[in-house]
This record gives sequence, structure tokens and C-alpha cells, in this order.
Amino acid sequence: MAVTDTDATERVEPEPAVLDPSISPVHHETRHSPVPEVAYHVPAPAKIDGVERVEVRSRGVKLAKISRTGDRVFRSLATTSGLLIVLLVLFVGIFLLALALPSLQADQDNFLTSRNWTVAGNELRFGIAGLFWTTVLSSILAMVLAVPVAVGVALCLTMYLHKRVSGPVSFVVDLLAAVPSIIFGLWGLTVLGPFLAPAAEWLISKIGWIPLFGRSVDPKGSIFVASVVLAIMILPIVIAISRDVFAQTPREHIEAALALGATRWEVIRTAVLPHGRSGVISASMLGLGRALGETIAVMIILTTPAQGSPFTPSIFAGGETFASKIANNAAEFDSPSKTGAYIAAGLVLFVVTFAVNAIARIIADRGAKS
Amino acid sequence: MSATTTDTRLEFSRPSGVRTIKNSLATVFVTIATLITIIPLAWVLSTVIIKGYRLILNSTWWLQSQRGITPRREGGGAYHAIVGTVEMALICAAIAVPLGVMGAILLIEYGRGTKIARGVSFMVDILSGIPSIVAALFIYALFITIFGLGRSAVAVSLALVLLMLPVVLRSTEEMLKLVPDSLREASYALGVPKWKTIVKVVLPTAFGGIMTGVMLGLARVMGETAPLLILVSYAVGINFSPTSDTMAALPTMINAGRDQPPQLPGYERVWAAALTLIMIVMLLNLLARFIARVTTLKEK
Repeated sequence: MAVTDTDATERVEPEPAVLDPSISPVHHETRHSPVPEVAYHVPAPAKIDGVERVEVRSRGVKLAKISRTGDRVFRSLATTSGLLIVLLVLFVGIFLLALALPSLQADQDNFLTSRNWTVAGNELRFGIAGLFWTTVLSSILAMVLAVPVAVGVALCLTMYLHKRVSGPVSFVVDLLAAVPSIIFGLWGLTVLGPFLAPAAEWLISKIGWIPLFGRSVDPKGSIFVASVVLAIMILPIVIAISRDVFAQTPREHIEAALALGATRWEVIRTAVLPHGRSGVISASMLGLGRALGETIAVMIILTTPAQGSPFTPSIFAGGETFASKIANNAAEFDSPSKTGAYIAAGLVLFVVTFAVNAIARIIADRGAKS
Repeated sequence: MSATTTDTRLEFSRPSGVRTIKNSLATVFVTIATLITIIPLAWVLSTVIIKGYRLILNSTWWLQSQRGITPRREGGGAYHAIVGTVEMALICAAIAVPLGVMGAILLIEYGRGTKIARGVSFMVDILSGIPSIVAALFIYALFITIFGLGRSAVAVSLALVLLMLPVVLRSTEEMLKLVPDSLREASYALGVPKWKTIVKVVLPTAFGGIMTGVMLGLARVMGETAPLLILVSYAVGINFSPTSDTMAALPTMINAGRDQPPQLPGYERVWAAALTLIMIVMLLNLLARFIARVTTLKEK
């Protein structure tokens, strides 16, 4: 703003009618501080020595008065929205805890180690050991199945395929993420379950002596099938994040490896994978978080074992996860103590997914810094 | 690399046998991985289309409800469920979109780097990882146990807000980041107040990206089932009132009929409902992608 104020006495008040009031309301007291408004005028062109010149009559800087009311309202709206979001999340934790506590205190069994779930009647006996086992086993198995495949796909998209081909393939992968989980559940129960049954049977006959692969009652609705479906469901997330991380590998690293005569695989191993490691780990954790909380697909697929049946540590057994247990019994939320027991299970799920997601974020931040 | 050179003095020896084999194995691995990923999608889609296409070609599917239709009877449609799904998603969007956009404006325009922005950002991270069943339980705890209200479609919408909010907020935030500062400065230089700059310059520039986020968020909440199971009862009749305690939705329509044996007509309706749901969700996704493509704001 190099306009000099030479003649202050000649200052003219800018006419409000000239300025568009919707853009610059000048009729208020406060001044708009960072950007001074220049009072403008249309100088009459004058001919001096045959050359057309614009006469510059400096009238000085005019700081127009601009209303800050709109700004104040808008800023407080934005801040309110932000605070609302913060409160919302805090309330989730607080309310769940508040409603779970009475039931937890009335619980006759150890909440963490019991496999019972008797919430009807006056005596509460419930624990999360069985739910925790099924939830964690199915999710980790899903992660183990999904991550190698996802890394392969992400490498294929970034390092192997031409851009014209990788675009459509990426698109298909993103579509996979859009399929609602209930449809995966329906498909897993009616199509994939029967299809995987021979494979499960074969595995049981070969390595069934390991308790984890032991024979169980109903191989159709097993943790194994649920895990395969969960793996398919978390694939797109892991692929999308890994793809983005791999694509950011410094060009120089790749070219340096190529200049040393590395094959494509050696480029990947020496340049791309080390660069993307933290991103892939963080993506896997996010996928794990998604698998832990998945409700309806798991609920549809898993066969619920009879109350009080003995514990089988096999992936070919049925079971119930936190989410499927809550959803399965949603119709029975009639008394506060009963509801409290399910809310306690939901609280544990909330804490576990929160921890997994937090770890994912910490790893990602660390990777971004280094 | 070496193929184009004509200089005979340069000797480019091929990599040794082991290295070549490893390289080929890696190529085979990534190819198989990609096929493994594409197969389930094709399989799911073809299953749903083959089992469900016959019913949705019929106009009654789109115009009638399931009132008075038993699993053993042919006929009826999914109109009641489509109404419910769309209505709950729209109520959810009416709350989540303003909240998400304003939250993103706070993060980018007003509070960049401040404590409150960091707090909001952290909470949105938590929210984006929250399982849908936990969101549903929270609304159950708040509305039904504490406020003493009954189950209703509005409660479902509120639970869906928790799931849609992070999607809208994050995509809006990314888009606002991409709006060049020169545009904002040009507006300030004309003396335009900040809020008007945001409303008239920043948001219109980022509009396409925000709409993409909204569409993706809508697609996500329409496919959610867990809140529906906990917060509203499934009904076979048409109901427009979001405050009544029963409302149908496509996911619960599928869930209600999933145990039927394949020989009953009701079985086919389950797959037709699945196909309808996929069509709606895919349409929203394609729309989101189309909007993202035609908008001028591109990654820097």
C-alpha cells in the first residue's frame, strides 16, 4: 500500500452508494484492520503535450469501516460445531461407562475372565473372555490373510501397471469398499461358506491335531469363513493407504536403484518397501480396527454356540464377537441391568478399537516424520 | 534400459539367474494378488445380480411394500425399505453435512494450529474409527435409556451422523486445504470480510470435493445395518414418519429374510433387496467420482 496521504484536508468520505453494500458494508464503526480500503475515484484523462495522461490526484488511504458482526457469528458457528464434535466423542465414552457401571458392579462373575453370559433374571453372570477370543482371533486372521495380498496389489498398482490400466483397477478396488457389509455377510453365508467347506475339511484332516485347526461342529458358520469375508472387506482400506505410501517413494531412490542395475523386484525391496513400511503397518492396524468392529457380516456368518458349551480354540468353530453379540440380542434390551451388560461389552470394543487406531496413527506419524 | 543403446562398447549384462527368477516370482505374486482382490468383487456382484435381477425388473418391486406378503407368497416390493433407507440417510445428512463443513472450516480457516483445532482433529480421528455398533449403543444409551424416548428412525439417523461426520469433515478439510491462498488474498484485498470470503470464494471453489465427500458418506451410511438393528424395528408396511418406532430399510429387509430356504419366493426377494441396495450405493459412489472428476480443483 504505497499510496501516500498528501493532503488530508481534501479527504472525501466515500459514498456508501458507490460501493456494493453486500461486499463492503461501510456503515459500521469498526475498521477492517489487515487490508486498508483505498478510496477510489475516476481520474479524468488529460492531454498534456499531446500525450494522454491520467492525472493522479492522490486522495490518500481510506480505511473503510467494515462490519465484523458476520465474522463473529460465523467464527462462533464454526467453533460451536467443533466443540460439539469434541463433546460428542467424550459423551460416547462417558455415557457408555455410566450405563455399564451398575451392571458391572452387579456382575457375579469376573468380567474379564468369565465366558458366561447370563443376563436374564436377577442374577447377572457375564464375562467377555469368549467374546474377546472370537473377536481378536477372527480379526487377526483376517489381517494375516489380507495384508500380503493388499501389499501385492498396491505394488502392482504403483510399480507394475501402466497408469492407464492401474486407474481402472484402483477404481474396482474402491468399488469393493463400497459394497455394504450385509451383502458380504449374505454372500459369505450362502456362497463362500459352502465353497470353503472342502478346503476347511482338508485342513482339519491334515493339521487338525493343532488345537487352533481342530474339528468343530459346524464348519459352515466358522470363524474361518468370517475371517475370509473380513479379509475381503478390509482389503480396500489397506490397499488404498499402501498404494498412496508406495506412490510417494522418492523418485531418486528408485532411479538410484535402477542405475545400480537392480531388477524391478530389487527396486521394490531396497527402495519402495523400506519407504512404505510404516505406512503399511499403519494401514494394517486401521484394517484390524475395522475388522474388530464389523458387526452384521460376522453376525450373519458365525454360528452361535449353545449357552454353556465347552470352549474350542479352533478357527473352525463358531462363536460370537463383541459386535455380533450385541446386535444378536438387540431385541432383548428391556431392563437396565441387561442393557448395561451389553453396553459394557460395547465399551470394551470401543476401547480396543480406539487403542488399535491410536497405535496405527502413532506409527503413521512416526513414519511421516522420519 | 539397454535396448535402445547402439554403443557397442557398453556391455549390459543381464542379471544373474537367481535374481531373474526372484524378479519373475515377484511379478507372479503381485499378479495373483490383484486377481485375488478382483475375484471376490466379481463373485459378489454376479451372485447378487443373478439371484436378484428378475424381481427388480418388475415395476411392483419399486412401487409396493411387503405388507401382507408371507415368505411363501410371490409379489410385493421394496418401496417401504427404499423410503426408509433414503429418509434416514437424508435426515442424517441434514445434520452431518453442516456440522462437518463447519468443523472443517474451523480446522482450516479459523483455527489452524490452535489447541481447539487439534482437539477437534483428534476427536474426528476417534470418530472415524468408531465401530457402527458402538455408535448405535451410544445413541441407545443417550436417547432411550437416559432421555426415555422410544426407538425411532430419528435415533438411527443420529447414530449414522456419528459415522458420516468424519467422512464429510475430512474430505471438506482436504478440499479447503487445496483452495489456493491467492484466492483468499485476492478477496481480502478487495475488502471482503473473512466469513464472506469463506462463503462466496472458498466454499464454491471446494464445492465439488465437498459433494464427493457427502456422496461417499451417504453411500456408507445407507449400507449400515448395526444401528438399524438396535434403534428401530423392521416393518413391512410403508411409513414416512421418522418418529414412529418402526421403519423399514433395505439392510434390515435383507436381514429379516435371510434365513429363508432357497425354494421359497421370499428368498429371491432377499437377493433383490441386496441388488437394490448395491445399485443405490454404487450409484452414489459413481456420482461422487464423476463430481470429483469434473471439478476444477485438482491436487497440487
